[in-house]
Amino acid sequence: MCTLLASNTPVRGMGKGADGWFPVTRATVGYDHTTHSSEEHALLIDFTNYDLGLHARVAVELDLESGRSLLAHLQAMIERAEASAIR
Amino acid sequence: MWNSYSTGGPVGVTAEITTFAGGGDDEIHGYVASPVAETLRPGIVLVHHMPGWDEFYFEVAERLARHGYEVICPDLYCRFGHGLPDDVYAKVRTEGGVHDDSVVADSAAALEWLQARPTHNGKVGILGTCSGGRHALLVASVVSGFDAVIDLWGGGVVAAKEDATPARPVAPVEYTAQLSAPLLGLFGNDDQSPSPEQVNAHEVALKAAGKKYEFHRYDGAGHGFVYYHTPAYRPPQAMDAWDKIFRFFSDRLQS
Repeated sequence: MCTLLASNTPVRGMGKGADGWFPVTRATVGYDHTTHSSEEHALLIDFTNYDLGLHARVAVELDLESGRSLLAHLQAMIERAEASAIR
Repeated sequence: MWNSYSTGGPVGVTAEITTFAGGGDDEIHGYVASPVAETLRPGIVLVHHMPGWDEFYFEVAERLARHGYEVICPDLYCRFGHGLPDDVYAKVRTEGGVHDDSVVADSAAALEWLQARPTHNGKVGILGTCSGGRHALLVASVVSGFDAVIDLWGGGVVAAKEDATPARPVAPVEYTAQLSAPLLGLFGNDDQSPSPEQVNAHEVALKAAGKKYEFHRYDGAGHGFVYYHTPAYRPPQAMDAWDKIFRFFSDRLQS
């Protein structure tokens, strides 16, 4: 089914796409039809910079369990980074 | 019927990307597939699914053309930019989807494009899968001039008001009274959108409005059971669906 479930946020960083590294400006998280996974639906995470074109995109499709695990690790690493006071 | 042509007949097709005046007279792309025989033929507006104006739809256009139809598949995402279909799909997803009004306008323009063809026989059908099935039904409900509509597992035809989005503000079932073309609907009973309950609710609305329709529900099939490029593919159900598609269009467009 087409869920149209998606949300996005501005981000600042770099991503590596087919043409090498580029600045990413937006992250979109969705749960919808996959285009490449064997699953019918997946978490669709895109890091993009549409100022550079539609190809400026780093994409992953993850199952929900992987998404939860990634979220937990991301949260934990952010907390460790902040606690380290290293900038 | 699929694979039922005469080996001695003219069965070839031509296909190419063209540009035409879409909604708002914007120049947009259309994938056009036509029988090589220069005889009068019906038209079909092919409404692509949410993953975009992709190779599956190009191949469906060619398949329908091989069965005697002039087919145009407008690029409903043309205004979002160009790139690999999945990159375009990602952009559309980021922006909340293509607006129903945009799809209706481009499909109405595609209808006019077909009607202006010198080989047009006066009949036009419209078909879509998934979100394209929902859009095909929506278009046939709010645009006059279609002689047949086929909705293949369109999710969101029946939807709660709280599920409306800025891009999809009204569930097409709300326009049932305006539907002017006979409808063929094909669904998998394992689908979650549309669920069997939603298909039943749509059928109740069609009956109440006295509309001409045929619904077929397949056991052992879910969403996208005709998609031979995905794990959802169910060959027996898909081939039966193709037979029903060809028969429905033939009875209403080629007679």
